[in-house]
Amino acid sequence: MKRVLVANRGEIAVRVIRACRALGLESVAVYSEPDRGALHTELADRAICVGPARSAESYLNMPAILTAALGTGCDAVHPGYGFLAENPAFAEACAEHGLRFVGPPAHAIRLMGDKLRAREIAAKVGVPVVPGSDGPLASPAQVERVAARIGYPLLLKAAAGGGGRGMRVIRSRSQLAEWFLAASAEAQAAFGDATLYAERFLEGVRHVEVQILADHAGDCVHLGERDCSAQRRHQKVLEEAPSPAVTPALRTQMGEAALALTREIGYESAGTIEFVLEPETGRFYFIEMNTRIQVEHPVTEMLTGVDLVAAQLRIAAREPLGLSQTEIRLRGHALECRINAEAPDEGFRPSPGVVREWAAPAGEGIRVDTHIVPGATVPPFYDSLLAKLIVHAADRAAAIELGRRALGGFRVEGVETTIPFHVRILEHPEFVGGRIHTRWVEDELIPSEGGSAPLPNLPPEIARAKPALGGPR
Amino acid sequence: MDLSYEDVREILRIIDGSSLEELHLEIGEFRLTVRRKGAGASSAATPAPEARRAAPPEGEVSGAEVSVWPEGGPEPVVVQAAKQPAVPASAAARPLRQRGHEVKAPMVGTFYRASAPGAPPFVEVGSSVGEDDTVCIIEVMKLMHSIKAGCRGRVAEICAENGALVEFGQSLMVIEPLP
Repeated sequence: MKRVLVANRGEIAVRVIRACRALGLESVAVYSEPDRGALHTELADRAICVGPARSAESYLNMPAILTAALGTGCDAVHPGYGFLAENPAFAEACAEHGLRFVGPPAHAIRLMGDKLRAREIAAKVGVPVVPGSDGPLASPAQVERVAARIGYPLLLKAAAGGGGRGMRVIRSRSQLAEWFLAASAEAQAAFGDATLYAERFLEGVRHVEVQILADHAGDCVHLGERDCSAQRRHQKVLEEAPSPAVTPALRTQMGEAALALTREIGYESAGTIEFVLEPETGRFYFIEMNTRIQVEHPVTEMLTGVDLVAAQLRIAAREPLGLSQTEIRLRGHALECRINAEAPDEGFRPSPGVVREWAAPAGEGIRVDTHIVPGATVPPFYDSLLAKLIVHAADRAAAIELGRRALGGFRVEGVETTIPFHVRILEHPEFVGGRIHTRWVEDELIPSEGGSAPLPNLPPEIARAKPALGGPR
Repeated sequence: MDLSYEDVREILRIIDGSSLEELHLEIGEFRLTVRRKGAGASSAATPAPEARRAAPPEGEVSGAEVSVWPEGGPEPVVVQAAKQPAVPASAAARPLRQRGHEVKAPMVGTFYRASAPGAPPFVEVGSSVGEDDTVCIIEVMKLMHSIKAGCRGRVAEICAENGALVEFGQSLMVIEPLP
């Protein structure tokens, strides 16, 4: 592997290009017309314009991206997150054209992309799944039989999954028939597949996910968990590790569950197994596996000292993992704040524009992953992520304190940001006390949104971006 | 075959006498890219890496930059062009759109001037074209897309090299409209 095409934009493209450079690999950036001159295009050894603003014609345009990769002599493609990262057809197309896809094999992406299949495989290897139906549900009567077994509230989900579409919370029998039809129609429209299944709808839970790395030979390790319970509308807002709700014994259990699934599906590369955790009982349930690098991966990097993107590239080059589980040490505490170009006081209205002034904090334990420089344009076509502030300190209290100080060190003019919202979270006694759940941000910090949210019925554990926009996940 | 410094100088002399902004040439295992300084806005905004690496010291006036990539070698061999005015400054500085109708690449792909290897090119500089005449082809994943002239006129310039990768929005040709 010598030259890598980075099929993404924004901070993750910058992150991947830097990892390529660190490994002595050349990089080729792609960009859409409004991203002309963006930082990732400047940092890469070469940059190719692949299409207009619309993602479908640029960052999601497989022929254009493959042509750019082949035409520039690349031998590998890193998809980043969002866009084509979890598209098995793209992974296959890369392989057909002799390009290494920096990610898992297509069959693993496909298996985990089918949420019902993923659940079955998890159950098969002894990973706890949320109590629910054993297979697809063809009628409201079948849902009723499931309800009789596991009780209300129930969550109806689309097997083809994602984005909260085809999903309904059913709190009583009277809603059942109506919501069943609505959910299956929505699933049909969104995914071309009306198949539904049902799970017990869990409340007051935390979102805890386990990072894994697996190599071509099947060696794998887990790198501990990340707690992503701070969410707004199923989008992660702030992540931390270790989770305040996970004990060392629980960490071992969750890690082993994650690795059992990893081995079962012949996984390779970096991946994340998402669970919901009941903090009182310590019971955890598999939700889904994300077969890509995640937005919040730096939290784990700060804690373990393992460069996950470099590891992905090495694994794609068929190098052995070279890490054993006993070598993975979690040191201190890390937090990540997603700084978005949004106005938190105006319902998180997106705030694209020109970033006239931009200065990020720096110092011991402070890392900022960003594609923003003074004068950079935030186009309205893509996700609003400006930067990720990651702080690392000896313990949780020190990390929260460092996070507050670092947030105060940003100077941003020209666009609104979510920085003040992060300060509110880090100053809130319930967050500081480690007592939040996946509905906490919405219930406690923005209760005004609770009633007016367009998808109030959605489960908090579904943290998926709009895939067509390639949003952060 | 080997490409000597003198060969490169000769190529440069030919290019200097033409109105080309960019040239991609493949001879045997050599790939040669020549790009004129201050070329049209569309290509200037997306400098190729070799051009950036080969940028001359500030203040030095150069007609063009040339780099030679031996196959498989990541570092280009840089040949600094002679310090001579390439074309009259007014011609180089004139925006493309004032010179005529620009045919832009509607997609990333490989640019071909003919329908098949060995076939005569669709057009040459000076050819007369009708609005719907095919002037070139862009290949994307084995699919050939015919590119139309878009206006009636005379081909004033061909800006891309046969067989080269062209970007979305890149200038392929300039057509001088006929009244």
